Amino acid sequence: MPDIFGMPVAVLLGQVLLGLINGSFYALLSLGLAIIFGMLNVINFAHGAFYMFGAFVTWMVMSWLGLSYWPALVVVPIVVGAFGAAIERLFLKRLYQVDHLYSLLFTFGLALVMEGLFRHVFGSAGKPYPVPQELTGVLKLGFMFLPVYRGWVIIAALLVCVATWLVIEKTRLGAYLRAATENPSLVQAFGINVPLMLTITYGFCVGLAGFAGVLAAPIYQVSPGMGSNLIIIVFAVVVIGGMGSIGGAILTGLSLGVIEGLTKTFYPSASSIVIFIVMVIVLMLRPAGLFGREA
Amino acid sequence: MQTNKLLVPAVAAGLGILLAAPAVVFPLFLIQLLCLALFASALNLVLGYAGLLSLGHAAFFGGSAYVTAHAAKAWGLPFELAVLLGVAFATLLGLAFGALGIRRHGIYFAMVTLALAQMIYFLAVQMPFTGGEDGIQAVPRGKLLGLVDLSDTTTMYYVVLVIVVAALILVWRVVHSPFGHVLAAIRENEARAVSLGLNVERCKLIAFVISAALSGLAGSLKVIAFQLASLNNVSWHLSGEVVLMTLIGGVGTFFGPIVGAAFLVSLEHFLATSGLPIAAIIGAIFMACVMVFRRGFVGEFLHRRKD
Repeated sequence: MPDIFGMPVAVLLGQVLLGLINGSFYALLSLGLAIIFGMLNVINFAHGAFYMFGAFVTWMVMSWLGLSYWPALVVVPIVVGAFGAAIERLFLKRLYQVDHLYSLLFTFGLALVMEGLFRHVFGSAGKPYPVPQELTGVLKLGFMFLPVYRGWVIIAALLVCVATWLVIEKTRLGAYLRAATENPSLVQAFGINVPLMLTITYGFCVGLAGFAGVLAAPIYQVSPGMGSNLIIIVFAVVVIGGMGSIGGAILTGLSLGVIEGLTKTFYPSASSIVIFIVMVIVLMLRPAGLFGREA
Repeated sequence: MQTNKLLVPAVAAGLGILLAAPAVVFPLFLIQLLCLALFASALNLVLGYAGLLSLGHAAFFGGSAYVTAHAAKAWGLPFELAVLLGVAFATLLGLAFGALGIRRHGIYFAMVTLALAQMIYFLAVQMPFTGGEDGIQAVPRGKLLGLVDLSDTTTMYYVVLVIVVAALILVWRVVHSPFGHVLAAIRENEARAVSLGLNVERCKLIAFVISAALSGLAGSLKVIAFQLASLNNVSWHLSGEVVLMTLIGGVGTFFGPIVGAAFLVSLEHFLATSGLPIAAIIGAIFMACVMVFRRGFVGEFLHRRKD
């Protein structure tokens, strides 16, 4: 096989594919963050904690209730989403009137509480979660062996991202949502229950984080710190992409995953900071982000 | 100014307590308290007076701590030079963060600073001189100006006290200078400040750099006193905690961050042996504070007096 920059193409393609897996998680989470920010003007720092929560609930329903992966894939996002909706109803709702920074600080506190409690109860070490039986084994792709489960993660994440994008851009409900982002009081005057829509939006996006948590459970160790490690990278992804477009959030998430994967091949010690370096470059050249609309 | 009548005796009493405190309380605990009070006051300069929420201040505190520790231990520099070097590093870092971050407003600024600080964290994990998970241990305290031996913790405490009080006086001067009023104007109405011909971005940047330098000073002092530079000093948890100190004491009040730091440091001290999940309790205080106590202790006090 030919080489590119002294790397066999097979190795390169393999890293791109592995990068896409990380990118799928970035996309799922930054998509949720972007929608929450667009609708509620809230930077949801707890998004990573909800993702961790999702992974833990997946582990809990398996070890305590014997619920396998497939039902968990449906049940867990609903549980996590309902929890998120309750948080919005009880607390966040009361913070829309004050400076947006307070809702960021509130969700920051929430993330600390969730992470702290899980660490207290389950310890810092990770919990293993088995790959579902139907998805074990590897695919021979010619240039690499791809574990079936990882392929499934990419496909599932992409499907959910595209479906969300379609709902928001192409359906009536999505049209209401977008209208309410532009002018909530006008939309309310048309008889649409905007507060309820906000609760549903927050619950849905938190549910997406929970869904990402289920997907992550068999790949990464289910551990209390998994969310906060991810969320800060996702913040950088969001700054790079800009909050303006949902499609942009998905695209940025995936491509940064790939960039990270490639860095791992060429210069491994920079792979943990490459996304932040990209962020610095984007801030210098295009302060509003690649897809941003902020002036 | 009715509060001024109370101000002088209150400050005198506070200083008196701090001077006498080592007789009753562990000096190391007091040093921790002083350093974090300075750190929170530095953050308040940008959060309370310029209206910029930075979630990355631990990078200045911890970055400076690492540089100071390395300078004192590996290069054998004396106390003053090691601290100065740390502060210089924090200042430059503040300039870089500020120049990048101030291009984005409000909530974006918070995310940019958080992400940049996380980059410093990863660098601290990976760079050879920081010692990774172990940090830099057994940092020598040295002598102040080659004369005063700092190995006695009580002496160290008084040195830190003098430096921190001097730095706080500097903060007071900045806040009550014409520049401080410009910052307040920007916070209250940025568009108006721009229309008045103020160079808003530059003012914000200056405030941010001063804040970074003072945060670095706090970090350097702490690392010399505790003789240990560790990853905790650069973690996002610390960046969040210092915001909480400022918030719970009173954002935009001079004494708020000091009170908040004293409250939180004491609380952590008492919780440390209790076996309770400290991070979760701090998070819960954070949530409660944001929901029902946004003015903070000092802010609430001033508000009540006004009525």
